[in-house]
Amino acid sequence: MTAALELRGISVAYGRATVLDRVSLEVGTGEWLGLIGPNGAGKTTLLRAVAGLVEASGTIRLGGRTGEELSRRERARLVALVPQSPLTPPWMTVAEYVLLGRTPHLGVLARESRRDVEVAHAALERLELGSFARRRLGTLSGGERQRAVVARALAQEARIVLLDEPTAALDIGHQQQALELLDVLRREQELTLVAAMHDLTLAAQYVDRMVLLHRGRVAADGPPGAVLTQALLSQHYEAAVEVLAHEGGLAVVPRRVPLS
Amino acid sequence: MEAAAHAQAHAARPRVLAPLWAVAAGALLVLAVGAGVAFGPADIGLADLLRSVGAKLHLPGVNSPLAPTDETILWELRLPRVVLGLLVGGMLGLAGATYQGVFRNPLADPYLLGVAAGAGLGATLAIVYLPHAAAGHDLLPPAAFAGASVAVGLSYLVGRSVGRERDAATLVLAGVTVASFLTALQTFVQQQHADTLQEVYSWILGRLSSSGWGDVTLILPYVAVAVAAILALRRSVDVFTLGDEEAASLGVDVARTRLVLVVAATVGTAAVVSVSGLIAFVGIIVPHAIRLLTGAGYRALLPLSFVVGGSFLVLADLVARTALSPAELPIGIVTAFVGAPFFAVVLRTARTGAA
Repeated sequence: MTAALELRGISVAYGRATVLDRVSLEVGTGEWLGLIGPNGAGKTTLLRAVAGLVEASGTIRLGGRTGEELSRRERARLVALVPQSPLTPPWMTVAEYVLLGRTPHLGVLARESRRDVEVAHAALERLELGSFARRRLGTLSGGERQRAVVARALAQEARIVLLDEPTAALDIGHQQQALELLDVLRREQELTLVAAMHDLTLAAQYVDRMVLLHRGRVAADGPPGAVLTQALLSQHYEAAVEVLAHEGGLAVVPRRVPLS
Repeated sequence: MEAAAHAQAHAARPRVLAPLWAVAAGALLVLAVGAGVAFGPADIGLADLLRSVGAKLHLPGVNSPLAPTDETILWELRLPRVVLGLLVGGMLGLAGATYQGVFRNPLADPYLLGVAAGAGLGATLAIVYLPHAAAGHDLLPPAAFAGASVAVGLSYLVGRSVGRERDAATLVLAGVTVASFLTALQTFVQQQHADTLQEVYSWILGRLSSSGWGDVTLILPYVAVAVAAILALRRSVDVFTLGDEEAASLGVDVARTRLVLVVAATVGTAAVVSVSGLIAFVGIIVPHAIRLLTGAGYRALLPLSFVVGGSFLVLADLVARTALSPAELPIGIVTAFVGAPFFAVVLRTARTGAA
């Protein structure tokens, strides 16, 4: 597997606070990498650094080219970002919203071509939002809105998709549907996914590999079975958990420890 | 097969605007211009007016039936005033919509970054310190324009020194700060020179003058450039509604695009304010009324705001100069008096959500 994304010694500081500290990792083409770690570990910052939204020292290679070589628009054609709580203007129609995903393919003054409209339409259809095209974002349910956001990222036609807590606002059924859909899209379109995830049990069922971040550093990197261990989780999350094996994979179960 | 694919692709092209609304906006424009030219203290019949227009257009066999005075009233007083109203109202509507989009702030108006306070200070200084009468009046627009430009420049400088980056919220706060400071200065100067109070106050309330084509030619270049720049970037304004970060992740140079849009909106506003005074309300109410009625995105909202804002101000001006004829009401009072209840009705009946 060739590396779609390669980070070498990435550090990010907000003022004097170091949020990412010399992070190095690779993500292969078509791979699904789960970023896990406690709150404030630097997951979101890592995604923002890859998307070029925050100044980072070190080297980021996207499809073999370094971040500095890429213009903002070129980068946006390689990487799409699905933020944790995207702004969805309530008056905007789903079709208009998804079409905004074509922005990096358009000149500053250009209007969408026929092809842009077709790509957006295909993304809508792929996420089964065809009949929603004219609905306004404000009228959608949380799950539908989430699909619209993913459709916009698909319309961007980027090979790498970064997802920040893609299931944070969804119930367990919709979480499963969203993750299944991402997995299908990944296979169909050979997408590389990097997703920050909180639900470790669910994450373990979908991702190929996990990177555990703690205080801005990579604390563990490997298949879910190697990262989701009782020792690692209790050390880095300061959580009392048990990791149970079951037929579908691993389950991380919290154990109650009363404050003495 | 081919046809089906085509139909599907066609279905996905989001309608920027229902054609009905474009027609309605066009009709409003025609109505406003027609009424603005047709009505006034001098009684010019519609038939005579149309014949005069025909004569101006060199239609064969049409001669103007109007007396030379009426001809002058029509072409040198009413028409320039209508055109001025279109430019001023259109610019305020467009600038308001631009600010609301770029700052994602539904309460943003064209005076957000201190344009009004700066122009007010410039105008007050001109009225107070420059030699009276004709000379003072000629220097009023440039003084107001300079004041407005200095104010927005200051807002940018303050916003930059305060924030890590020039993000939207910092800039808005800087604008509020600069505006308060300049308003304090303006009030001080005004208090020290109570004899000019009347003149300053009447400028602040806003009015369209009937001084021929002078004001129109003075502001036209600024308004034309501002409108062209904003309309060229109107798709970017839609992208801005997704937030600065997402706009950046879609490849938009957020800081630069915002700077171009803000400068264009500000220069245009400063120019129109310098000849019209501080006409309130148009910039905030027109874009919102259009959004509530049509649900349009910025791509359609921006040009519509220009057309509707211009038409609205021409109609407001018609009321201002005919309601208490021969006296004139300050136009700012009319825009608020008519606009506020209208907006309240729109707000109550609209089905779609506001931005």
